[in-house]
Amino acid sequence: MTVRGEAGRVGEDVRSDLYVLVTINKTGGRKVDVSSKVGAYYGESIDQVTARVLDAFGVEHAQVELDDKGALPFVIAARIETALRRAGVENKSDARPERSVGLTAATERERLRRSRLYLPGNQPKLFINAGLHHPDAVILDLEDSVHADEKDAARIIVRNALRCVDFHDAERMVRINQLPLGLEDLDVVVPESPHLILIPKTEHADQVRRVRERVLEIQEQAGIDRPVWLMPIIESALGVEHAFEIATAVDAVVALTIGLEDYTADIGVVKTPEGRESLHARLRVVNAAKAAGIQAIDSVYGDVGDVEGLRVWAANSRSMGFEGMGCIHPRQIEPIHQAFAPSQPELEKALKVVAAFEDAEAKGLGVVSLGTKMIDAPVVKRALRLVDQAKRAGLIPENGGSDG
Amino acid sequence: MGSGMVENAAGRSVPRTVNGLDQVPYKGVGEHVPETAKHAPRIRSCRDYPASGDKRVANLATALEKCGLSDGMVISTHHHFRNGDQVALMALEAAAGLGAKDLMWFPSASFPCHEPVIDLMDRGVVHHIEGSMNGPLGRHCSEGKMRGLGVLRSHGGRWQAIQDGEVKIDIAVIAAPTADPFGNCDGSHGPSACGSLGFALADSVHAERVIVVTDNLVPFPCIPWQIQGNNVDYVVEVESVGDPSKIVSGTTQITKSPDRLLTAEYVARFIRDTGIMKDGFSFQAGAGGIALAFVQHLKEMMKAAGVKARFVRGGSTQYLVDLLKDELTDYILDGQTFDLAGVESIASDPRHVATSPFTSYNYHGKGNFASLVDATVLGATEVDVNFNANVVTHSDGVLLHGIGGWQNCLFAGCTILAIPSFRDRIPIIVDEVATVTGPSELIDVIVTERGVAINPRREDLLERVVGSDLPVRTIEEIKVEVEGIVGGPPQKAVLTDEPVAVVKWVDGTVLDTVWKVAD
Repeated sequence: MTVRGEAGRVGEDVRSDLYVLVTINKTGGRKVDVSSKVGAYYGESIDQVTARVLDAFGVEHAQVELDDKGALPFVIAARIETALRRAGVENKSDARPERSVGLTAATERERLRRSRLYLPGNQPKLFINAGLHHPDAVILDLEDSVHADEKDAARIIVRNALRCVDFHDAERMVRINQLPLGLEDLDVVVPESPHLILIPKTEHADQVRRVRERVLEIQEQAGIDRPVWLMPIIESALGVEHAFEIATAVDAVVALTIGLEDYTADIGVVKTPEGRESLHARLRVVNAAKAAGIQAIDSVYGDVGDVEGLRVWAANSRSMGFEGMGCIHPRQIEPIHQAFAPSQPELEKALKVVAAFEDAEAKGLGVVSLGTKMIDAPVVKRALRLVDQAKRAGLIPENGGSDG
Repeated sequence: MGSGMVENAAGRSVPRTVNGLDQVPYKGVGEHVPETAKHAPRIRSCRDYPASGDKRVANLATALEKCGLSDGMVISTHHHFRNGDQVALMALEAAAGLGAKDLMWFPSASFPCHEPVIDLMDRGVVHHIEGSMNGPLGRHCSEGKMRGLGVLRSHGGRWQAIQDGEVKIDIAVIAAPTADPFGNCDGSHGPSACGSLGFALADSVHAERVIVVTDNLVPFPCIPWQIQGNNVDYVVEVESVGDPSKIVSGTTQITKSPDRLLTAEYVARFIRDTGIMKDGFSFQAGAGGIALAFVQHLKEMMKAAGVKARFVRGGSTQYLVDLLKDELTDYILDGQTFDLAGVESIASDPRHVATSPFTSYNYHGKGNFASLVDATVLGATEVDVNFNANVVTHSDGVLLHGIGGWQNCLFAGCTILAIPSFRDRIPIIVDEVATVTGPSELIDVIVTERGVAINPRREDLLERVVGSDLPVRTIEEIKVEVEGIVGGPPQKAVLTDEPVAVVKWVDGTVLDTVWKVAD
């Protein structure tokens, strides 16, 4: 009796990916048949990766057919592993590829999160150069951008990417599936220490607590001790009503965001470029986040071609209290960074206020004044926050700027 | 190295003779001194041409016969119709119909539409090709199936070879979007309008016989006469010279690839930050994805800085035409025209000027304007860590692209190669390129999505980027990073020691050899 498993993609438009068909046999040894557009350059490397995965799964007798379109080694390994798992084979030893990029340090709670670039979890070719565009974060997405039949494949690709793809200075986020499937996603990705987990369709604080508990369990088992931050996504009317409880569910929640496609569907309206229909929900999310002392992050702007529309949306977002938004294309990153940056007059004024504050502190004065004008405490607080953000965004030097 | 081979100044093994002719191995940039006179065809007299000026004959076969077609002749055609050309095949088939054998086809470039020439070679009609070989023809040549050696020349090198008599054209067949019965030709009007006919100019002057083929005959005079009828023997009217949809594109699309757009942005910022972008400067831009996109970025930077270019060299497209319309350049000097906006502009705007390889590229002239261009942005298939570049083969050694004006453009004030750092897992920066097409001393900057590498020879450019926030890195750094991503350096290509083609340098010397690929 033979068992087969297939994975990957076929077709004219496939690039940096491959198709794998594995047939498990009882006898006959291993037969590996590779057709690759880069065979002349990397044929030996493909053979090595294939052998390594088959070894890890203890497969002695199998026919492996690879149709490769220039996939990187971590993709080849993931596709073969997926095909083997689909054929019902379990790994005998660690099947993960060796880490080819160092594990980046844990991120700060208050890190700048102006832009987060969505990367569909089953499209590895989009991962490879994502970091070059310098988003504040990348989101390896296991949820909506992945077809229900490919959830297992995406999980393995994302796991391998967390070990082998250099996302440069971007914070590495993973959007898991809705619970309970999302908990299984955690089993695979948490050992790779992503910086942050996005929890979709969050409606109750309990969902956040379940994710947190699972993360801690996995970390304990793997002997990992570093923060994995959480960002719940509010995507329904009920979620909006529970926003504050969700934001304060556990200490690891560092930001609250909103998903407008699902939210507008839930309340039965059409999403418009102006966003009037979601004004209430967005303001509620901002308010809940601020009340909880965490970041408020906006949804995405769906029309990639409309840069002007994006600028307007992002400027509006910032004025509502959001500190960032999602991107679905690298070209959206720069306009978003510009929109969420304080304006020059804003920044200059804030620097003066901070300087006056520091001056007052140094002199032991209880009252901060600028010229003849007294500065209220909330104004000082806002100025400190703005200057801090500007430093994180590289708009002013980390150690300078306070002398106005 | 076989006895027929010699090592040239670039350290490459090249044949001493090519298709029976003795060769000069490449000696270095500017080292070769030509010592002969230009080649000229026999003197013709008005007594042999109709005073009425009507040089029409019934068809191509008649024209070829009257030109004295015989075995072993050199037949030239041109690529201003690009992949929509029908005239080259029409001419070669007509020659076949007359029983001609062993012709040398001498196109200014070949395209996938010319694949049937393989069949003409199999039938013995065509002996070999001297000209760019793309796609199927390139593969045919790489597999060693051509009887003679392929000879790859730049556009300027083709002019030089014709002018110097390295290639003596017996019959030039010039496809014309518009012509008159006297043989005057224009490329900017007519149903198959393509812009400039500059690629055919040398042939019209130096070939023994010249046939003009058109599907849009107008009464004398055909204005402007880009090709002068005084050099033309016969005029043939045909139903159609080409497929207009494949000659120029309706609109030219800018790449949507985020990585290419990022590379284009780095190119524009480099030109700005090094101070190359200043009032009265000039630059060259082709029609490739990155080249079009960098123009869009540079345009915004020029507007912001209030800078106007003196001229822009194209490959013209809508994007260059927009620069002209927006008063961001005084002139477009056009080598070939890629889209409808370009064709309309060249036909109607006197500031949009058709050029030929003589004015722009020919190295054996009293200068050419390629060296007057401040910055040129080109592609490449591979670059080595010493900044030698390849455009004709891929790293597997298979012939896939022509040289075009690429070699000639290298003489610009700053030559920028804008390339992805790897394609489909294959690194573009390598230890040694498969085929040297451009020597390192003329290649100044490599721009990839992973950073900008400046040739250490250009200390001036290295100084000028100090303080810029461009990701300036060494070429080795980028190479190492890419090899880390793709799983190590690629395996070495398996090639034989049998030459199938040579790459000429702009002065007619032999720069490198293309080898037959292993079975």
